[in-house]
Amino acid sequence: MTATPTLSRPQSVAGEPPVTRRRRPGSTTILVTGLLVVAALYFLVPVYWVVVAATKTSGDLFATNGFLFAPNFVLWDNLANVLSYGDGVFVRWFLNSILYAGVGALAATYFAAAGGYALAKYNFRGNSLIFGLVLGGVLVPGTATALPLFLFFSQLGIANTYWSVLLPSLVSPFGLFLCRVYAQATVDPALLEAARIDGAGELRIFHSVGLRVLTPALVTVFLFQLVGIWNNYFLPLVMLSDSKLFPITVGLNNWLSQADRLPEFYQLTTGGVLLSVIPLAIAMIVLQRFWRGGLTEGAVK
Amino acid sequence: MSATADTAQAHPSAVQREGRGRARQQRSAVTRAPWILLAPFLALFALTFIFPIIAAVGSSFTKVTRSGLFGETGVHSGFAGFENYARALGDGSFLASIGRVLLFGVVQVPVMIALCTVLALLLESASAKWPGFFRAAYFMPYGVPGVIATILWSFLYVPGLSPIVDAATSVGLNVNFLGPDTVLWSIANIVTWSYTGYNMLIVIAQLKSIPGEIYEAARVDGAGPFRVAWTIQLPLIRPALVLTTVFSIIGTLQLFAEAQVLQTVAPAVDSQYTPNLSAYTTAFAYNDYNVAAAQAVLIALAAFILSFTFLRFTNRKSS
Repeated sequence: MTATPTLSRPQSVAGEPPVTRRRRPGSTTILVTGLLVVAALYFLVPVYWVVVAATKTSGDLFATNGFLFAPNFVLWDNLANVLSYGDGVFVRWFLNSILYAGVGALAATYFAAAGGYALAKYNFRGNSLIFGLVLGGVLVPGTATALPLFLFFSQLGIANTYWSVLLPSLVSPFGLFLCRVYAQATVDPALLEAARIDGAGELRIFHSVGLRVLTPALVTVFLFQLVGIWNNYFLPLVMLSDSKLFPITVGLNNWLSQADRLPEFYQLTTGGVLLSVIPLAIAMIVLQRFWRGGLTEGAVK
Repeated sequence: MSATADTAQAHPSAVQREGRGRARQQRSAVTRAPWILLAPFLALFALTFIFPIIAAVGSSFTKVTRSGLFGETGVHSGFAGFENYARALGDGSFLASIGRVLLFGVVQVPVMIALCTVLALLLESASAKWPGFFRAAYFMPYGVPGVIATILWSFLYVPGLSPIVDAATSVGLNVNFLGPDTVLWSIANIVTWSYTGYNMLIVIAQLKSIPGEIYEAARVDGAGPFRVAWTIQLPLIRPALVLTTVFSIIGTLQLFAEAQVLQTVAPAVDSQYTPNLSAYTTAFAYNDYNVAAAQAVLIALAAFILSFTFLRFTNRKSS
């Protein structure tokens, strides 16, 4: 690609103070923003469709244009159906997802912080061996471990329980990797020395000094793990057969798979999808600011 | 990873010269502490990573034979050698599924990485209006689980439900998103939709770490935005691009939810459409855990080999 500087040279820059880093004339702004709008449409259209679909009756769903609202506005009836169907099983799935993701992410973050801090701040035999093993773990596809884990959990008798989904969710090799890199860069050895001279125990130093310094990395690890568990499908699908224990992903697919026989499940599924997407969309919009740093800290060398 | 080398310098030389007894006590505390801190992670890591991997490798080399008509007189397991691998690799559908995801990856990963890079550069270009809104809108799909994203898009693929298919039909175009030749790319679209924004944030994070003086210098030299992007930004965000590509390669080999969910609406997606779906079917529909274990090991190996080949390739290119 050969750059043509003449084409894009700022034309109106002369009279302006050089405060902003780069200032482009209006036509570039319009072009760039236009491209961004097109991309935004792509990302938002499916969500818009489901918002519209959730307001329609089963008949209108197939008979009217999918991007336009139908005269019959039955959103509240549909949502009430979603929430009450099967003794409120949807609410139960939702709470299950919150339980798996919330508890899993919280504990996983704590364990990863402790481990990463230990690897970064103590020199002991086996340190690099452990780190190498964990790094390998980052690359192992989660689905490769799910099948043998299911067989093992079956023997232990904990397949098809909350534990079967929670236990694997408590481990985040990527989190440990990130915490180690971050602890190495930010936790000042002099600070730990000072705490030791004050007579603080090693664990107390970790909890009072280490965790505090690590906080930015912890937020990233927590969010990463939270979304990872929330989005997980393969593990609960393999582990669970009792629909009361399903997270929302497995539950909604269960509904969809009945839709070709019983069309009312289309309405239940669209309503359920809407109810599950809205809180997530809001969460993503709020949380993306915390996402900014962190993630690449492991990658930037 | 260059980070490993620093560990030695972080050695906690906690020995104070005053108070010998206390120093010794502290030293033993310092030797114990890392293991106490690591214990919960290591226990869970061993339980959910190391053990299952060993078990999978083990059972991929095991053969189970049942004697008697219904296996009532006993079940014997013995060493099978590479028999399970031979059966996995001799299964045309499994091989086809690997070829399918490779084709998928060769097309989808570069498209997605290019798209997320372009979006990141545009958002950071200072010509963009409302970057906060756009960033949030692009990132939003990442919070939508793959299953739900697939359900969403399947509504836009199914004739009768989809306004896109309706619109195409009304202007005389016959589009079929779920046909045998097109459904793979319909899945690629879902994956791209889900992960572009997430990868874009990784690229943006790295773009933000480029010092302002570099831009300043480029501006003084009279470089336009395309030149800045090509000669400054792209080389400096290489680590982020490598990272996102490796994760995308691993993700591609693991494709499961999208294909499994689309099965309900697309007959072209069979029960062995992706390697993972194939392993799942072998295990739970055919109850052949040993061959399924061999398949899982093969998938993990393929992920390793591809990631390392890519990393080696990019490392050599940069040096």
